[in-house]
Amino acid sequence: MIKSIIVDNTHVMANSEDVRCKCICPPYRGIEGHIYKQNVSLKDCNCLHVVEPMPVDGKDVEAYCLRCECKYEERSSGTIKFTIIMYLSILGLLLLYMVYLTLLEPMLKRRLFGHSQLIQSDDDVVGDQQPFANAHNVLSRSHSRPNMLNKVEHAQQRWRRQVQEQRKSVFDRHVVLS
Amino acid sequence: MSNGGGAASSTTHLLDFLEEPIPGVGTYDDFHTIDWVREKCKDRERHRKVRIKKKESAWEFTKSLYDAWSGWLVVTLTGLASGALAGLIDIAADWMNDLKEGVCLSAMWFNHEQCCWTSNETTFAERDKCPQWKSWAELILGQAEGPGSYIMNYFMYIYWALSFAFLAVCLVKVFAPYACGSGIPEIKTILSGFIIRGYLGKWTLMIKTITLVLAVASGLSLGKEGPLVHVACCCGNIFSYLFPKYSKNEAKKREVLSAASAAGVSVAFGAPIGGVLFSLEEVSYYFPLKTLWRSFFAALVAAFVLRSINPFGNSRLVLFYVEYHTPWYLFELIPFILLGVFGGLWGAFFIRANIAWCRRRKSTRFGKYPVLEVILVAAITAVVAFPNPYTRQNTSELIKELFTDCGPLETSQLCKYRSQMNGSKAFTDDPNQPAEPGVYSAMWQLCLALIFKIIMTIFTFGLKVPSGLFIPSMAIGAIAGRIVGIAVEQLAYYHHDWFLFKEWCEVGADCITPGLYAMVGAAACLGGVTRMTVSLVVIVFELTGGLEYIVPLMAAVMTSKWVGDAFGREGIYEAHIRLNGYPFLDAKEEFTHTTLAREVMRPRRNDPPLAVLTQDDLTVEELQSVINETSYNGFPVIVSKESQRLVGFALRRDITIAIENARRKQEGILLNSRVYFTQHAPSLPADSPRPLKLRSILDMSPFTVTDHTPMEIVVDIFRKLGLRQCLVTHNGRLLGIITKKDILRHMAQMANQDPESIMFN
Repeated sequence: MIKSIIVDNTHVMANSEDVRCKCICPPYRGIEGHIYKQNVSLKDCNCLHVVEPMPVDGKDVEAYCLRCECKYEERSSGTIKFTIIMYLSILGLLLLYMVYLTLLEPMLKRRLFGHSQLIQSDDDVVGDQQPFANAHNVLSRSHSRPNMLNKVEHAQQRWRRQVQEQRKSVFDRHVVLS
Repeated sequence: MSNGGGAASSTTHLLDFLEEPIPGVGTYDDFHTIDWVREKCKDRERHRKVRIKKKESAWEFTKSLYDAWSGWLVVTLTGLASGALAGLIDIAADWMNDLKEGVCLSAMWFNHEQCCWTSNETTFAERDKCPQWKSWAELILGQAEGPGSYIMNYFMYIYWALSFAFLAVCLVKVFAPYACGSGIPEIKTILSGFIIRGYLGKWTLMIKTITLVLAVASGLSLGKEGPLVHVACCCGNIFSYLFPKYSKNEAKKREVLSAASAAGVSVAFGAPIGGVLFSLEEVSYYFPLKTLWRSFFAALVAAFVLRSINPFGNSRLVLFYVEYHTPWYLFELIPFILLGVFGGLWGAFFIRANIAWCRRRKSTRFGKYPVLEVILVAAITAVVAFPNPYTRQNTSELIKELFTDCGPLETSQLCKYRSQMNGSKAFTDDPNQPAEPGVYSAMWQLCLALIFKIIMTIFTFGLKVPSGLFIPSMAIGAIAGRIVGIAVEQLAYYHHDWFLFKEWCEVGADCITPGLYAMVGAAACLGGVTRMTVSLVVIVFELTGGLEYIVPLMAAVMTSKWVGDAFGREGIYEAHIRLNGYPFLDAKEEFTHTTLAREVMRPRRNDPPLAVLTQDDLTVEELQSVINETSYNGFPVIVSKESQRLVGFALRRDITIAIENARRKQEGILLNSRVYFTQHAPSLPADSPRPLKLRSILDMSPFTVTDHTPMEIVVDIFRKLGLRQCLVTHNGRLLGIITKKDILRHMAQMANQDPESIMFN
């Protein structure tokens, strides 16, 4: 039971770090400007509760507090943490895949298959010059039934061909997205 | 103009219905234009079928309800995804931006502001200093001040900027080359009926999101609004594939894309209404009222999701929320109009310079080294931007600082002179009162920042990383506006006895708000470069919450549009469309020349005759040779070579698919089988092979005009109906064909531009 109380307390503390009441008080009669922050709830977010210790006394408190501006702010640090970690992991995965595609895969292929296969795989035909081949592609898409690994390999080959086409249009021939 | 109705006689309809539809017919090739009329007919047909079947059973009724509501479902999913992705991009971009200057030791995932959020060591004068945030010089060298640490900070800034830029361009090049650039010109073209396969796909979405963060964090002079529109449209495209109503029909898909682009602008600026108006004015081509309601819904859902993520603890969608309500005076309209003139001039200059640079990149050897170009631009930007505090910080923060008026709570460098002026309550008529040196150094730095941004944005927009244009233009306008505002304020202070100021300004400096000038300047520059009107005003006042300032905003935006239009009618997006040669028929341009249809149609005088198909004379071999020898997209079908009377129009892609399908599925189709487009086979000798019926792919109601139709009417027909081609007849006999490409070339020729620059069909 004590453990659950401790856990509860830390949970509450983590959340209470995410709320604050921020009061900005400008310089007043020789007193410098100051920023006050405290973890109070929304109804207590005003100058009297947050500005501690009060630099002026008695009659001047009201005049001082009138010039202060208090704002209640809430953030979610859990969201920030989750987002950054997810972003960095996706970025890391993409970088690894990029290194694999550009450096490792040609090296592996060259070792396994020799030079001739590499030249063959770079040959590609633009669709329009062979209209019937293109039609063949459109119809054959609905007929093949390979097993799982073949399917993945096939999809990857198709994707890489598409990216190569896109790269040609954008970077080499400059027809799209100049 | 003949416009055959959709309903043929009931017997033919029934027989065609019994024939199996050929898979693949009705789809389009990459880089081709869709046929709006055909897509809309297909959609009406589908809707009719659903309505007829609805009465049959409860299951069919449920299916019809699902069909009616699937539009709302797609739009909701798009809004959710756009809001979530925009939140991710905002949080990650802010963090990576601050990574250039230091790290938060207590929690590595916090940026500078969040790191010092709970700390009590922040002071009034220096609101950013807290012990948990360490700059790189502190971490590496151990000291925070001094020339050594300045050089170390400089070096680390350049290092991070270069590595981010390099990563971004490598990812774009390897995974998704379509993810570079702004995306808005291509989306405009897609929405007008063009197909670019892969432009709105999954990989493009992922790479654009990831590299947008990297590009913004590298300090390049670009923004993330245009790419956010692209991201939202990718989401819309991907979700529309879940519903066959949208995935199979290109026209319906574009309705979803219009709504998605509204959601994109809405999360970029926190302006849902402005987003809808932006989609209506800038991006969409056909915008029926149903799309208006759906776009608004998508924009609201996206804005709501972004707000509920609320990463930064201030419940605001965008940084620039201004909260002052000081009034403006009539004489201030003069500097506002001057700012509008500046905005128009800068817009015209930027469009010309950027298009010239992009053209050079396209056609010379400069364009062969995109990675090197990005690194070079990022290096120059980082090296020049670091010394000037206004260019070193995030552009959005700069804009916020410029928009914020100087009050007692502000301590930025721009407000240093105010204390001098307000300190002496009883002003003496002392003309020799020196201006506080603080304001002069701030003005100098702002002027340098202005020149730097103007020059660098020209080279940055169009790089092979995701780049937007809105934030840099707003920054340029805000800097110019603030300079003008401070100048007018000084003028009012030192010459308070002039007639103008004596009428309206009682106390020396309090009547002028330089922050308002910055806002008006930002709107003017953005209007000058994009030539937006209503949507810009609505976006700016939704951004800033300043409803009182609509009149100055409108005055400045209108002035900048007029001044910009005096130099050239196109905005930056239309200029890029023309540079790339996309087949975009602009709805805003008027065609005022008196040419006739027969002067534009093909074949021209010296061309080979029109490639036609006869309705029952051809064999499969002859048909294939016609297709192989020519490169036309479609062929008119006539009764016979003698009469030249028109039967219909057949598309190349449909013919090839149908022939392939017939050779696979039907037996006995040989090379010398007869091909017929009529309802019944022609009479053939007994030993001839089985004939091939291609009536199902024939369009029986092509649009025709006579050869004496004025081109104004033809262009109007193309624009309003979304045609791809139109046949020209003379006395009832087929004479020629006009395609969209011919019209665009003709318009280019009439405007003395190069007609060969129109590249696509």
